[in-house]
Amino acid sequence: MKAPRTTIRRKLVKAMMLTSTTVLLLMGALFVGHDVVSFRRLLVQALVTRANILAANSTAALAFQNRDDASQVLDALKTDPRMIAAALYDEKGTLFATYPPAAEPGTVPPESGPTGYRFEKSDLVVSQPVAEDGRRVGAIYLKSDLHELDDRVRVDAMVVLFAVLGSIGVAFALSTWLQRRIAQPVLALAKVVRSVSDHKDYSIRSKAVGDDEVGVLAEAFDEMLSEIQMRDKEIRLLNTDLERRVIARTAEFEAANKELEAFSYSVSHDLRAPLRHIDGFVELLTKHAGSSLDEKGQRHLATISSAARKMGTLIDDLLAFSRMGRTEMRKIAVNLAALAEEVVQDLQVDAKDRRVEWKLGQLPTVQGDPAMLRLVLENLFSNAIKYSGPREAARIEIDAQPQNGEIVVSVRDNGVGFDPTYAHKLFGVFQRLHGPAEFEGTGIGLANVRRIVSRHGGRTWAEGAIGQGATFYFSLPR
Amino acid sequence: MTTLKRILLAEDNENDVELTMTALGEHHLANEVVVVRDGAEAWDFLCHEGAFADRNGGNPAVVLLDLKMPKVDGLELLRRMRQDPRFRTVPVVVLTSSREESDIVQSYRLGVNAFVVKPVAFEEFMQAVRNLGLFWAVLNEPPPDKLQSSSLA
Repeated sequence: MKAPRTTIRRKLVKAMMLTSTTVLLLMGALFVGHDVVSFRRLLVQALVTRANILAANSTAALAFQNRDDASQVLDALKTDPRMIAAALYDEKGTLFATYPPAAEPGTVPPESGPTGYRFEKSDLVVSQPVAEDGRRVGAIYLKSDLHELDDRVRVDAMVVLFAVLGSIGVAFALSTWLQRRIAQPVLALAKVVRSVSDHKDYSIRSKAVGDDEVGVLAEAFDEMLSEIQMRDKEIRLLNTDLERRVIARTAEFEAANKELEAFSYSVSHDLRAPLRHIDGFVELLTKHAGSSLDEKGQRHLATISSAARKMGTLIDDLLAFSRMGRTEMRKIAVNLAALAEEVVQDLQVDAKDRRVEWKLGQLPTVQGDPAMLRLVLENLFSNAIKYSGPREAARIEIDAQPQNGEIVVSVRDNGVGFDPTYAHKLFGVFQRLHGPAEFEGTGIGLANVRRIVSRHGGRTWAEGAIGQGATFYFSLPR
Repeated sequence: MTTLKRILLAEDNENDVELTMTALGEHHLANEVVVVRDGAEAWDFLCHEGAFADRNGGNPAVVLLDLKMPKVDGLELLRRMRQDPRFRTVPVVVLTSSREESDIVQSYRLGVNAFVVKPVAFEEFMQAVRNLGLFWAVLNEPPPDKLQSSSLA
């Protein structure tokens, strides 16, 4: 199990810090914004009130066109450093008095403007009408700087900054503490998982407790571990049992095999001895008393002798067949073409008096036991020669084709063929489709072929019809 | 005139003894054939013990050995002979009904000189035994007794 690239702790802290910082900054911005807006409203209100007071105080001066009085009224503003300029206008709107008294032209508008307030650059300007008994007698103009607002904003920003910084510190401390509570069970679980995966020890339990999803996960994990442990145990038990059974079965097989060997040994030794004796003493009897026996008697003796020999051959064949199933097989690369050529050469010597036309196709190299495969070819080829006996010239074609991952070898002859109804009997031990008078043989050859081919992992089958030749096939895995 | 060495035939089956003796007799082999019924008797003969305590003469020219015999079987006798310096070089021919590969392999491992499977057909059997007798008792020059007892001891 590989180590994680980042830790859940760091992720948790990061998430919490990001959230709290964002919230704090947003809150700070909202606070500052709101404060600025309300402070501005407050400033406007204060200035409007002051304008109204001044307006009330200056009605008499305006009514009597007394500029000195008006200047005096305005002069009261000097106690407030925020005030930049002020002006009074008469009924017609022309400048009547200014503050400071010697205000430079342009500091105040030369004529009264519309009633209301407005912010000009860094200043706040208010214009109010001066009225007496509901009659407009003039207007007042006040201009105040906004230093106070700037100060207020600065203080606000500082407050927010400190608040945010302090909150971030607190949030960090809190999140560190909180993440431990969240991450601890997860980390403990991860440790258990790693331990289980590394040591394949299913007896470990996370024992993590918690009322949240991690607790549920840990519980589920523990349950899963219990299940795995149980199954693991079961599998081990089954394996042990299976091993024990395999050992027992192997021992049984070995015993059976030994028994079989002992059996075939005694068949080989004990069954052949009396046969030899029958034949030997019949022979001796013929020599000693042959002349005194009539023709019938002599024929009986000959029959006894030939029967004994036939049984000897049968026993030999059977033993060879049983040996074929037991002898160890070695698998090497066998050149079928060369092997077939050799077998044909050998058989040609035995069949000198026969005309045999061999046609060897492209034969591949296969994996197998050369001696056994040779026996297969010998049996199939000599069968082909034998059963094409009645033909003037035997024509035997040998070929091989790759088919579904196998090599299928075919041996076709133009012989007497066979009744396909009995095709399944062809490869049985001592199964013959022809009488001994027609063709000699014990019926062990094809049984041997089948046994060898199946030991090589292949199959055997045949096609044919009476009087139309036969084709024998065997397959070998590629 | 040198006395002809004997042929030791170890064979438990009466019929086989008779057939083998007939085959050897037909060729008019002058050698005396001693028949023993099992490996133990054969061992007694070789060692001049038991029933053969008073016999004269040295080792046989050849031992024709059946494998399946009561008491001490053929392979056991062969093993004993090959382990004993006195009989290590005495020619031994296994003459048996068995064609089992394991028997053949083991016999040769133990140092047999020849392994002959008794043919079922009488004529072939006669021929085989005759050939054996002729080769081992007449043509083959057996190792001298002195060599067997002294230089190989």
